[in-house]
This record gives sequence, structure tokens and C-alpha cells, in this order.
Amino acid sequence: MSGKPRLTYLNGRGRMESIRWLLAAAGVEFEEIFLETKEQYEKIIKDGSLMFQQVPLVEIDGMKMVQTRAILSYIAGKYNLYGKDLKERALIDMYVEGIIDLMQMILMFPFSPPEAKEKNLDSIKERATNRYFPVFEKVLKQHGQDFLVGNKFSWADVQLIEAILAVEEKVPAVLSGFPQLQVFKIRMSNMPTIKKFLQPGSPRKPPPDEHYVETVLKIFRK
Amino acid sequence: MAGKPKLHYSNGRGKMESIRWLLATAGVEFEEQFIEKKEDLEKLRNDGYLLFQQVPMVEIDGMKMVQTRAIGSYIAAKYNLYGKDLKERAWIDMYVEGTTDLMGMIMYLPFQPADTKEKNLALIIERATTRYFPVYEKALKDHGQDYLVGNKLSWADIHLLEAILMAEECKPDILSAFPLLQAFKGRTSNIPTIKKFLQPGSQRKPPTDEKTVAMVKKIY
Repeated sequence: MSGKPRLTYLNGRGRMESIRWLLAAAGVEFEEIFLETKEQYEKIIKDGSLMFQQVPLVEIDGMKMVQTRAILSYIAGKYNLYGKDLKERALIDMYVEGIIDLMQMILMFPFSPPEAKEKNLDSIKERATNRYFPVFEKVLKQHGQDFLVGNKFSWADVQLIEAILAVEEKVPAVLSGFPQLQVFKIRMSNMPTIKKFLQPGSPRKPPPDEHYVETVLKIFRK
Repeated sequence: MAGKPKLHYSNGRGKMESIRWLLATAGVEFEEQFIEKKEDLEKLRNDGYLLFQQVPMVEIDGMKMVQTRAIGSYIAAKYNLYGKDLKERAWIDMYVEGTTDLMGMIMYLPFQPADTKEKNLALIIERATTRYFPVYEKALKDHGQDYLVGNKLSWADIHLLEAILMAEECKPDILSAFPLLQAFKGRTSNIPTIKKFLQPGSQRKPPTDEKTVAMVKKIY
């Protein structure tokens, strides 16, 4: 037993990617098991490893953790990425939840029918530009600090850099109206652990392609 | 300034109900400002009160908190309903995420097209009885304690009771195969603050009816 957290998911971003980002940002090495067939998935359900029969699954500190938010909160708490007190945690939670809502749109995008894709892409662009990014632009402008909360690197910063890069993959000029976020993006990308994660050969997964979509449908569709 | 938390939402359960449960169980009195028409929501937005233009919003301790999970986590931690350490919190979070998923299905049921209702109701009952309730039944069985985590009342217990009652509204005998959950329901319902919340005249909201659905659709 290595003591490293062990992640079980498909070989793709999905709901596990935020967890990979957070562990990587915290400098934590982890192992991964990739689900490739329905049979593999059914086996781990039968083994009783999945509390609600769902992945992501992260084996960490003797627990078989499920539910993305629960896992992320635990990692953030453990690696001091959750602020210094309850109020800072509240801010981090609010920011993260907003970003997760935006990321959810990106998560679901590959699964939308072809005729809905253009509309969904417009929605992503609209929400990023009008609802979410302005909030973080304002936060950074108002306090003038490098990090979103408490002048210290936190889960909120990791979630935001992940979201910026994910949206940019779909809407390349999305940060054009957000000078603070442009600087934030560069700053975060240059943090040693994140820089390493952004290099080829890291556990970071590529954007979902048709093969990934097929695998998801194959494994999870009843 | 009252000092009491102030809840901004429409006059119905929706995403705010879990927060009402949590505050009530913690014995915290709260005020409510109901959004009755679109203009009320627009005003909150234009006044800059809603971080992401959405409700629920709870004014608490000088913050205008949004995002249901963030609000729930803050209240749970503030009122010692979040376990004693990081690991207990992890268990509470996992359990709460499960009941959130189940209650989410039930919450959306009245908003589904009429011809899908029967199928969706069947799915809710299937998920409740084969995916979710067995987990909590087993948790209680394994440790034999009154509460889900750390032998102490936590957010997980409050959320579970709320989910049980909502599921029973869908199918009254839904707990028939879960004796420990039945006992849990009886026990937890009798906790004084919860008992008070379950009585008529409390701030607990009734099940979502057609009138509420119509109102919600007009606002949002």
C-alpha cells in the first residue's frame, strides 16, 4: 500500500478533473485506476466500494470517498487550502460553487445533441462573460491581492484557474474584457505545482473527445 | 439591525428548505423575505445583493451568502453540526451529498412535464429504496448509534430526516424495508427544535403544489 490517494474514474476529465487539479496544486502525488468497461464498473459496485454506486471514488486516508464536493472539501481542508476561519471558508465555498455551476455546463456539453451544441456554447460564453468572470474580476480588483481569499492560495484559486482554461478551450478570447483575470491566469499557471500539472505527461486529462463520450455512454448507460 | 439571519427566496421549499431545517434545528430564529414576482428578483439583482444573480440568499453575520451548499456548510459549522474533525466532516459531507441528490430529484418532480411524472416518480422511489436509504440504514446498523456520524446530531441527520419525510410524501410506506430508518425518523422527529419545526405554524413550507409551480415559473 503506497499511502498515495487512489482515484477511480474514466480516463478523462469528467467530474474527477477538479480533484486531480486540487491534489496536483497541493503537490500531492496520486494513483489512478481507469474504468474502461461496464463490467469493471459493475465489479466495484458489487465490491461495495461505491457508497452511492457512483464514481468519482477517491481512496484517501483509509476512506473510500465519493461525491465530488465531499472529496474536494476534504482535500482542501487537509492541505490548508480552505482559508483560516469559518468566514474565509464561506467565501471559498461560495466562489467554488459558482465556478462549479459554470464547469457543469462544460461537463455536460459533449453530451448535448448536435443541434443543441451551438446554443449551449453560446450559453457557456454568456454565463462566463456576464455572470461568473465579472465576480472574480471584481474581487481581485477590489482587494488588489494575488489570491481570491485571505491573501493566500486556496481551493477557490485552483477552481478558478481550471475554469478559465476550460472555458478558453471553447471560447478563446473569453478573458478579453477581464484584465485582472488575465494576470491571475498567468500568475497561477506559473505556480510550481500548477506549472508542473500543465506540462505534458502530467495526470491532467485532455478535453473530452468522441471516444470519451462513447466510453461514458457504454459504461454508465443502463 | 435584527441580528437574525434573513432568508431571500420564493415562498416555497425549493433549495431554501434544507437551510430552514438546519437553522430551525439549531434553534436559530430567522426572518424571511419572499420573492413573489419577477420584479422582486430583479431588484435584488440590481441592488447587487446576489453574487451570481441567484437565490437562495441568506444574510448572516454581515455576509450576503449565496449557493445552498456554502450556506449549509457555514450554518452547520457555526452551530456545531459538522462533526469534530476533518474526517467526521468528510462523512457528513458524503451523506449530505447523497440526500441532496435524492431530494433534488423530488424537488424537480412538480416541474416535469405531466407525461413524464409517473416515470420520474418511479425512478425516485427506486433510487430512494435501492441507492440511498440502504446506505443510511447500514450506517446506523453498523455502529448501532442514534446518529449517523460521531454519535452526535449533525447536518447529516437533519438532512436525512428531511429526505425521509419528502420521500414519504411520494410514497407513504417507503420506509417499510428500513426498520432502523423508521426508528431514526421517530427519534429525530422528537428532538425539541425539530419537533417544533414539524408543527403547524412553523416556517416549514408545504409540499410544492401547482400554484407554487406556476409562481416559480413566472419569477425565474
